[in-house]
Amino acid sequence: MIDSTKIVADTLHNTESSSGSWIIEHIVDSNVLDFEPFGVIHLPTFQLNLFGITLHVEITKHVVFLWLAAFIVGSLLIYTARSYKKSFIPRGVANLVEMIIQFIKDEIVTPTIGEKYVPSFLPFLGTVFFFILTCNLLGLLPYGATATSNISVTASLALLSFIMIQFAGMKKNGVIGYFKGLIPHGVPVFLLPIMFVVEVLGLFTKPFALMIRLFANMTAGHVVILALIGLIFILKTPFISPVSILFALFIYLLELLVALIQAYIFTMLSSLFIGMAIHQEH
Amino acid sequence: MSFNFGLINFLLLYGGGAKGGLLDVNPGLIFWTIVTFIILLIILKKTAWQPILTALKEREESIRSALEKAERARKEADEIFEKNQKSLAEAEEQVRKIINEGKEYANKLRNEIISRANEEAQKMIDNAKQEIETKKQEALLELKEIVADLSIQAAEKILEESLDREKHKKLIEKLIQNLPKG
Repeated sequence: MIDSTKIVADTLHNTESSSGSWIIEHIVDSNVLDFEPFGVIHLPTFQLNLFGITLHVEITKHVVFLWLAAFIVGSLLIYTARSYKKSFIPRGVANLVEMIIQFIKDEIVTPTIGEKYVPSFLPFLGTVFFFILTCNLLGLLPYGATATSNISVTASLALLSFIMIQFAGMKKNGVIGYFKGLIPHGVPVFLLPIMFVVEVLGLFTKPFALMIRLFANMTAGHVVILALIGLIFILKTPFISPVSILFALFIYLLELLVALIQAYIFTMLSSLFIGMAIHQEH
Repeated sequence: MSFNFGLINFLLLYGGGAKGGLLDVNPGLIFWTIVTFIILLIILKKTAWQPILTALKEREESIRSALEKAERARKEADEIFEKNQKSLAEAEEQVRKIINEGKEYANKLRNEIISRANEEAQKMIDNAKQEIETKKQEALLELKEIVADLSIQAAEKILEESLDREKHKKLIEKLIQNLPKG
């Protein structure tokens, strides 16, 4: 929140415009790690030419935060796994991590997919949960950026989830069996082509909804906070600041909750869709 | 609906800035996200998830077995308690019987002792009575002799040899024998 205020002030001062573009500029990806007033890190830009197609695979701000999240999640989980070697009873951070894993195992994976599939799907779903949660929370730190408020990131996660869902369904039911199972039993023959198209479309709408939901939720909170802080500079009066800051603080706390809820929902729905792909009996 | 259109307009308008808009998909970022996530998943699957899952399962097993053991121990304790209760009741019963027997025996013994004591006492009293009787007879005999002697002496003194001593004695003895017994 401290840096948001500064960014708002700076951008408004520089652009002298009251349009909303500065908000978007703050949220979208960039090649700059902004640590004002301590300095600015310009990330290297390069392109990859592959079969005549130019790919911009430069390391952007969101890539840095993805890696940071991956590092945090990795060390946290490996630390937890190591702690079992020392003693059977987890302590401190390991205890918290284990509680979350137990929750994912007992409340998400077991009811939606089934007890015997836990070893095959918990690693994916658990990693998804911790990764998204860490990305969401990193965006709430000063100087942090929310990688999950970038549609490319959520699209990638949804794509992985989509692949996992189809893979799970096809492995259990066979490729042909899986597509046959998409159509519910007892549908009249003349409706079969339409139903097939609808169900196949449904396969794509599920991860699409996952992508949009995570992206929109993580973007919205930041937009609202920035807009509330921006109100002070747009109205050019300090008297609005208590209201702005109180509301921004409230939204911030709400975002803390949203960060957790969205990580949970993404995991929960992925698990549910995997379960639906595996248990096709309608 | 107008709100929705407004939102989309907002996203498209301000999302289409020079540096890339809100809804712009960046293939590079998709690439990095997928690579990062898959590497993270592969690393964690071996180093974290398997040990954690094994540990959770092991602990679940150990908790279950501990609970079962506790349940078994509780049952055993219950059985032992019941057995103890039963044997305690038996012991109590036995103790009561022993006490009763003892009481009975003591009663019998007391009665016997009392009756024997009574008998003995009676015997002693009888003996004493008999002794007294004999002593009395002896005393009487002695008394008679003394009286006879005294009478003789008295008579002698009175009569001053008027009679033959032997004759006299016989006479008085006869007299005493004729005295009423008392």
